[in-house]
Amino acid sequence: MMLSPQTLKTPLIQFEGVAVDYGRGPDRVRALEPTSLAVSEGDFVALVGPSGCGKSTLLKLAAELLQPSAGFILFGGRELGAKPVRVGMAFQSSTLLPWMTIRDNVMLPLKIVPPFRQHYRAKRRGEYRDKVDALLAQVGLRDFADSYPWQLSGGMMQRANLCRALIHEPDLLLLDEPFGALDQFTREELWGTLQELWMATTTTVILVTHDLREAAYLANRICVMSPRPGRILEDRVVSFERPRTVEMTYEPDFVSTIQHLRSMIVHSPKESPK
Amino acid sequence: MMASIRRRAASISLIIGLFVFWEVAVMAFGISSLILPRPSEILSTLYARGPAIWPHAKQTLYTTLMGFSIGVMIGLSLGTLIGSSRLAYDTAYPLLVGISSIPKVAVVPIFVLWFGAGTVPAILTAMIICIFPIVVNVATGLATVEPELEDVMKSMKASKLDILWNVALPRAMPYFFASLKVSVTLAFVGSVVAETVASNRGVGNMMMIASASFNVPLVFAGLFVLATMGVSLYVIFSLIERRVVGWAMRKDGAV
Repeated sequence: MMLSPQTLKTPLIQFEGVAVDYGRGPDRVRALEPTSLAVSEGDFVALVGPSGCGKSTLLKLAAELLQPSAGFILFGGRELGAKPVRVGMAFQSSTLLPWMTIRDNVMLPLKIVPPFRQHYRAKRRGEYRDKVDALLAQVGLRDFADSYPWQLSGGMMQRANLCRALIHEPDLLLLDEPFGALDQFTREELWGTLQELWMATTTTVILVTHDLREAAYLANRICVMSPRPGRILEDRVVSFERPRTVEMTYEPDFVSTIQHLRSMIVHSPKESPK
Repeated sequence: MMASIRRRAASISLIIGLFVFWEVAVMAFGISSLILPRPSEILSTLYARGPAIWPHAKQTLYTTLMGFSIGVMIGLSLGTLIGSSRLAYDTAYPLLVGISSIPKVAVVPIFVLWFGAGTVPAILTAMIICIFPIVVNVATGLATVEPELEDVMKSMKASKLDILWNVALPRAMPYFFASLKVSVTLAFVGSVVAETVASNRGVGNMMMIASASFNVPLVFAGLFVLATMGVSLYVIFSLIERRVVGWAMRKDGAV
């Protein structure tokens, strides 16, 4: 594996030879080849690669939804799970709860995640409400706090979804194709929103995406993964200056980066299943 | 708005039309009121015998609602247990299906044997008949939480109880209310069956005695009373449903 400059600093989260198998015995299927990846604090890493290559598996490992079959994961130098890690997560489907207003949906993590949950009853009508409203205003949903999810468009729902993933100030923001179901224009708009949110916080982001333009627009680093069973083929730093704009994605440097990534994925070696 | 009035008008005219057809057909074919009384006859019987019918109706409503309430409590707890634990589901579901497949009329004699004829068997029959739909619906609602939503909750280190309370139970409410509407009408079946077999009070018992003395208009009056009570409860639960889980029926514009 290649060493990127980021791995030289103390990483926030570090995967060391992590492999994942699904099933047992003869039905065992390897989902992720031993993979090492280090993400430093405040970084924005995109994972790209063909479907089923284990990108989402890596995210689930980071969120402790899965346990690795081999290898280990360190968080802040200690084994993951040793102390609670605050994680925010967002998926392609917004999974907003239909019986709650947007404000209550975004407030949900404050009801669940410590240390916020200890003060939830006391602060939900004051401090927390203001906190949620401020974040909603930041993504342009100020006037929709009292609306219900089904009254919003797909793009607005994903904005609210991002807010829900960020409201509890997570150490790690995990995004699994959050804009996959949106149309091109809405998607580009949301890139801008996400970039703004990220630049305003110190959150470390791991983004899984199929969209190479999206990866190059948003991320500091792009890791290209091979087809199943996945492993990281290339770890590439993207150093375009920020804030980035959609216009920049049509400039020659940007386009050649994307073409390079694309050829990596298209011509990646097809391994015979073990 | 216009469309909903037209829809309602259609269903009302069907009901009225049915009664008119009934009235006319009985008169045209000269059917004896010992076999099929005319609706007008039934209504006048209802009016004339009202004071005598009322205590029976009250008794039936009481046993039905008692049985229904106990059934809802048991059904909701059982459904929550079964829907939130794989182990409980695998353990209890076959037994539950077994119990539910027993015709409920068949258990009335046993209840009578244990508790004597009267109010208690009617309550128990109403209860047992309405548990199963509630259990199945609540369990289904709980067990079908989207995996992605569960992942979001788990990534926040939410406990099982957190997930149940904040996500799974509210999500199961539309299922729960759908089952309440079914169950409340079933509860009437249970209590009336029990009253018919073993009781000296209730609409079921009244109809039994009326038919034994060939007072056919009174038998039909009993049917009318039952239908009215059943429909009223159905409507009440529909209205509560609309208020509580309107978010699941947004097409009607109810929030």
